[in-house]
Amino acid sequence: MNTHTENDQKHFISRFRRSISPGPIIPRTDKERKSAVINFFALHIHPPTVPETVLRFTHTFGLGGMALVLILIQFGTGILLKFAFEPTPMTAYASIQSLQTKTPFGQLIRNLHHWSASLLVMIIFLHMLRVYFTGAFHSPRQFNWIIGWAIFACVLAANFTGYLLPYDQLAYWAVMVSTGMLGYIPVIGPTLQSFFLGGADVGPATMRIFFAFHTALLPVIVLILAGFHFWRVRKAGGVVVPRASLAEISDNNQVRVPVLPNLLMRETVTALVLIAGILAFSVFFNATLGDPANPGLSPNPTKAPWYFAGFQELLLHIHPAFSVFVIPLAITLFLMLAPYINFDDNSEGVWFVSPKGRRMAIISGVLSVLLTLVLILIDDYAATGIKILNSIPPEISQGALPTFILMIGMGLFYRLMKSRFSATNNEAVQSVFVFIMTALIVLTIVGAVFRGKDMALSLPW
Amino acid sequence: MVKKQSTEHPPVQSERRSFLNTIWMVLGAVALGEAAWLITSFLKPRKRKIHQGDFGGAITAGPVSSFTNNTVTAFPRGRFYLSRLDDGGFLAVSRQCTHLGCTIPWEEKEKLFICPCHASAFDIFGNAVKSPASRALDIFKVYIENQTVYVDTGQMIKRSEFRKEQAVYSTAPGSKA
Repeated sequence: MNTHTENDQKHFISRFRRSISPGPIIPRTDKERKSAVINFFALHIHPPTVPETVLRFTHTFGLGGMALVLILIQFGTGILLKFAFEPTPMTAYASIQSLQTKTPFGQLIRNLHHWSASLLVMIIFLHMLRVYFTGAFHSPRQFNWIIGWAIFACVLAANFTGYLLPYDQLAYWAVMVSTGMLGYIPVIGPTLQSFFLGGADVGPATMRIFFAFHTALLPVIVLILAGFHFWRVRKAGGVVVPRASLAEISDNNQVRVPVLPNLLMRETVTALVLIAGILAFSVFFNATLGDPANPGLSPNPTKAPWYFAGFQELLLHIHPAFSVFVIPLAITLFLMLAPYINFDDNSEGVWFVSPKGRRMAIISGVLSVLLTLVLILIDDYAATGIKILNSIPPEISQGALPTFILMIGMGLFYRLMKSRFSATNNEAVQSVFVFIMTALIVLTIVGAVFRGKDMALSLPW
Repeated sequence: MVKKQSTEHPPVQSERRSFLNTIWMVLGAVALGEAAWLITSFLKPRKRKIHQGDFGGAITAGPVSSFTNNTVTAFPRGRFYLSRLDDGGFLAVSRQCTHLGCTIPWEEKEKLFICPCHASAFDIFGNAVKSPASRALDIFKVYIENQTVYVDTGQMIKRSEFRKEQAVYSTAPGSKA
């Protein structure tokens, strides 16, 4: 065996091969497998061994890995689309049409790009929920939570800048109303709006700017941030180690198993199932392409992309300065800084902090669904009848007042949950988190699905 | 191989050293500032050349007599509507909804501009009469020369509601139809 290897080394091809990676192509012993993980660039995001308990699928649901797979699908399909797309208002729509009808697999590639982009937003959101509910944001993971949010923001921006590119009616008007929302940000709003539009309204400059963001700036930023994110997970000692309860002390001496094959096999299976699923979906469901953009004719209704539908819904009820600026800013600050709260317990690795925390979370979620729906219905059907509200300026009656009530309400809700359940602040903060997240989901679903002609509430079927 | 063992410097030198460090910091800040200046000037939206009769320039709407009182005429290329008010005054209102920028059609039956996106409504003066829009439609500068109405679409005027002085009247006698 030994002499055989030495013989091999004499051949030019063999020497060249070994210069790329000194190990055997297929590692057969545990030792070889460990060194393969350490020595191979792409596998090096993993440690050579991991605790056996983190392998369970229901611990992470493989969501972070799925997000990476979807990002890679975006890169692959996006690069192909770039060869077919002509980024000017005059040519964009026609180039998409010809891509779909004349280019072999053109429609499929566009479908893949379209559906996995939307799925990516959902998967990242679910990943964020998983991280929160397993307490994987405590020190030293606090800053990685913020990096995660930065990635989410970039992915939303990438989705949104891509939304304009087909330049059909849906794209044109969704971008018009979404950038219109931007204009309501106090002081810098109008400047931001005209920067992103490249002028007063959607036109050739907008297309150039969105295309540059979509195909150059944002992919690079996402790639760098994702690398940073994975590196921070590795520095924190891998994904959070599951514990059954707060009483259980994290055991560093537990059974560790080699990453190759145990983790890598699981990751590969998850990735392949995901790819198969998205491929099958893209074969059967086409990304829509409506009528070409017509600046003179707004369709009824005109909606923001589904991931902004929550803000659009909020915008129907609350004064713009508050619904697109104050409230989102308050929520973002709460979410970003939540890991830095001085918590009673380190709940790392324990689902929902405790069984009590889980119960409180369910109650908060149900309350949030009911309250959000009731408020939407009241505002849509009853609020116009309240005469007192019409006599004060809309900035107060539809802006400052409801915002103030919502924020005080959240504070009271926190106090109430904490005392009623004699809970720790981990559990009470989690209740607030669940309440806000559920409200956002309800707003998004109502805005995206249950708004019809004239933005009136209606059933989609 | 000669290698300096000590990295410590005598105190005499440290003052000069910290001065040099400050210079480097300042130069670094200047370089950053220059880069920011370069990038913002590069990305700043440029004024496009405006062709005669297109949005952004002066547009000839037509002779005063061709617009009857209490009517609205659309000028798609100029992206505005010319309202002739009850008293013969002219008002060029933008077709862009002040809520989120959708294009509003004039509904002759209701005598209202009704936004198809979020159902905001505006009257012939451009006043917002139905939320979510809370501000009147923007207007463009109107001027009348030799009994012809011109609209300067290069100057958009933002306003919260209609005021009497915004309407433009023809000075010639008998022009009030």
